[in-house]
Amino acid sequence: MSGHSTYQPQSKFLQWFEKRLPVGGLIHSSFVAYPTPRNLNYLWTFGGILAFMLGVQIVTGVVLAMHYIPHVDFAFRSVENIMRDVNFGWLLRYLHANGASMFFLAVYIHMFRGIYYGSYKEPREVLWILGVIIYLLMMATGFMGYVLVWGQMSFWAATVITNLFSAIPGVGDAIVTWLWGGYAVGNPTLNRFYSLHYLLPFVIAGVVVLHIWALHVAGQNNPTGIETKSGKDTVPFTPYATIKDGFFLAVFCILYAWFVFYIPNFLGHADNYIPANPAVTPAEIVPEWYYLPFYAILRSIPDKLMGVIALFSSIIILAFLPWLDTSRIRSARYRPLFKQFFWLWVIACIGLGWLGSKQPEGIYVIMSRVFTAYYFAFFLIVMPLLGIFEKTKPVPSSISDPVLAAKA
Amino acid sequence: MTTVSSAEHTRRDFLYIATGAVGAVGAAAILVPLIAQMNPDASTIAAGAPVEVDLAPIADGQIIKVFWRSKPIFIFHRTKKEIEEAQKVNVADLPDPEPDSARVKPGHDQWLVVIGICTHLGCIPLAHQGEYDGWFCPCHGSQYDTAGRIRKGPAPKNLFLPPYKFVSDTKIQIG
Repeated sequence: MSGHSTYQPQSKFLQWFEKRLPVGGLIHSSFVAYPTPRNLNYLWTFGGILAFMLGVQIVTGVVLAMHYIPHVDFAFRSVENIMRDVNFGWLLRYLHANGASMFFLAVYIHMFRGIYYGSYKEPREVLWILGVIIYLLMMATGFMGYVLVWGQMSFWAATVITNLFSAIPGVGDAIVTWLWGGYAVGNPTLNRFYSLHYLLPFVIAGVVVLHIWALHVAGQNNPTGIETKSGKDTVPFTPYATIKDGFFLAVFCILYAWFVFYIPNFLGHADNYIPANPAVTPAEIVPEWYYLPFYAILRSIPDKLMGVIALFSSIIILAFLPWLDTSRIRSARYRPLFKQFFWLWVIACIGLGWLGSKQPEGIYVIMSRVFTAYYFAFFLIVMPLLGIFEKTKPVPSSISDPVLAAKA
Repeated sequence: MTTVSSAEHTRRDFLYIATGAVGAVGAAAILVPLIAQMNPDASTIAAGAPVEVDLAPIADGQIIKVFWRSKPIFIFHRTKKEIEEAQKVNVADLPDPEPDSARVKPGHDQWLVVIGICTHLGCIPLAHQGEYDGWFCPCHGSQYDTAGRIRKGPAPKNLFLPPYKFVSDTKIQIG
């Protein structure tokens, strides 16, 4: 797709360097000359936004680690110390905590976009699966970061999530003890979570490199879902994609800054400002908002082991999407039925998120079950069958045809 | 560079197999300490030694919480009514069938000693709440009766019994 780079450095030094390490050419061919489809909309800016958020989390995280103490007696206090005493500590911590929420918001939009436009389909299966792996790593990282605060919600989130593994028959309890490094969530648990919370973002960064590599091999999908066929279908990455990505990143940062400066605790839970107490479970425990749909799926099933299996399946199933969707047409733009089922599925995901924050009683349980059933039916029934029965709309012969026709 | 292949076994074949075998054994061996270091360390295990609890100050109907191996242990001084409630239940109807006699030590019907951790996902149930006069778990709504048996909700098992024995009529040793 990218072809050979035409990068010719002007200065003598850069020419000398390029001969020894052709990194300038790599950057030029990937982010300057790289041909991107000419019809990309703003939903395609979320990849760049995600890369930016990963950078923000790593920078603020490394700085917070200079002040944080991963010990049960000091963790909560050191966080309060960051908030009150460390210069700009409040800002750095709010950037990091709300940064996690923004990161997940962006990744959900990125994933919804991928599903709507069929970006997981041949030849982008590996690209998609790498994305699912990044998402799993993000979930693990976010969860462990939440535990580090060592408030009541941190402690009980750690207890409930690690106990998910106790559902495994036979070896479950041994695995949980091994995860804890003790007989309950305690100092060894906090310590190892800290170690892993520091490590995993760099693992994510590594997989992101593979993700971008795979993207540049297959080429970007686009709103029509048609492969680029000629130079007419593409524009160079710089300036077209760089300015579009940059502009929308700035818009996204306004939202981010609004959370950080005006409602920094809106997405958190008040109980996490109470130090962890292993003797008392808070009256109401809920995970962070970005895990709520999965929490609702877990609770919708009355059996412990089956609930845990449903929870993990609801994420793993994403990796099988390229093969569950049998339709040859990528973009929902030309799939009238898929479009409706897709939006129903989005409603189910958001509905599950809302239900995850409610007490599991009465009508909420029934609604959780209906949405959970639809969540899985969308992948296991709707997607395979639609490819066979759906009558799709005519697809234009190339990307440039409809664009240039509209211009004329 | 070309590789010369021959039908006969060569010294290189031997080196491949020998190096591969040493590498595989070495990799497997180093996994043992890397995995084992995450299990409870010696000080954690030592801190999990048995504890003695004096039962005399616990009033009728009172439930106290003590810690053993960082787990909360509920000690429930059951009233006559609560014992009867636990005994008259039809065992076959329970999700995890166990008669009340299997939940207490013989001759000490009034003392119920259980690990205070919901068998669902590890929250601590609240005492004297729920429909069965036992415990109610605030996390996912599991309800336990006066013998600590699961009656309703997602928990699969009765509250676990810690290992304990009566050292005298008013003193138990947990662990």
